[in-house]
Amino acid sequence: MTATVQTDTRTAPLPAEWRDFFALTKPRVMSLVVFTGLCGLLAAPGSIHPVLGFAAVLCIALGAGGAGALNMWWEADLDAKMKRTAGRPLPQGRLRPTDARDFGIALSVASVGTMGLAVNWLAAAILAVSILYYAVVYTIWLKPRTPQNIVIGGGAGAFPPLIGWVAVTGDITLMPVLLFAVIFMWTPPHFWALALFVRSDYAKAGIPMMPVVAGEAATRRQILLYSVALLAVSLAPWWIGGTGAIYGLTALVLSALFVALSLPVAFRQAGEGDRMRPEKRLFSYSVLYLFALFTALVVDRMLLP
Amino acid sequence: MTMTPEEEEQFKKARRGRNIALALVLAAFVALFYAITIVKMLD
Repeated sequence: MTATVQTDTRTAPLPAEWRDFFALTKPRVMSLVVFTGLCGLLAAPGSIHPVLGFAAVLCIALGAGGAGALNMWWEADLDAKMKRTAGRPLPQGRLRPTDARDFGIALSVASVGTMGLAVNWLAAAILAVSILYYAVVYTIWLKPRTPQNIVIGGGAGAFPPLIGWVAVTGDITLMPVLLFAVIFMWTPPHFWALALFVRSDYAKAGIPMMPVVAGEAATRRQILLYSVALLAVSLAPWWIGGTGAIYGLTALVLSALFVALSLPVAFRQAGEGDRMRPEKRLFSYSVLYLFALFTALVVDRMLLP
Repeated sequence: MTMTPEEEEQFKKARRGRNIALALVLAAFVALFYAITIVKMLD
């Protein structure tokens, strides 16, 4: 005789594993968020107890994870249409949408509450704003409506160093705002380089990415414009005397290389069957750029008085 | 709906994994709040 159990599987066709919940937090994005948040914390003047510093970075990570889960909950139908995202837990039917939503809300509330209780309420408030910015302003409002979605939505990813800094100082000054501005200016060329070589996917999902709406030539020009703006903004912390020469010279070299890699992307047209090498190179370099720039910021703070 | 023995086993395995993960997260959270409380009290 075959043993069977009576179970209602109509709402959950496949059993969700813990890995599916973990995948909702967008771990790869989170690694960049944790890194820039930690750098903001380490570069800030003053000090914080290691336990509280750890709690602050953990809260930034949990908040980003919560926002990522809410993003995946809202965009499950769009994700199903794109090759890059079709394997996510929700399009695959491994999770119930309401579970993903509740998980996102729980992570967000826990991260903001813990940040407020353990560190300070200004950092908690900025964390709450960053989560709402990503989950509501970017995901629900801007992404499906405007090709400028990446520009304005990039603000969400720019919050971590600001939060890390405020976790230590308890107030907002020009320096953490400039760190915010660096990531804000970095995001458009980073994502548009990606959007250029996964363009067909975004078009299929109906997302008005810049290459889809404004065309490839306009996107390429804007990549260069933002790279030049990034060069100026990345040097601003040095100009205002907020950092030393280690950061300043590193930023100069890294940002000049960013502009140099943007030039071939800006002044070419991709033909049929193009392998998009300059775009892929710029995208890969942009990730390295952010890690290197923020590392230089911390090293500068550690080595110089 | 009915489950085959294989599906039932998969279901139980996934549930066990989720429960263990949740237990670990809760334990880590308790430890974190304990450490935060001690630091705040010593401050």
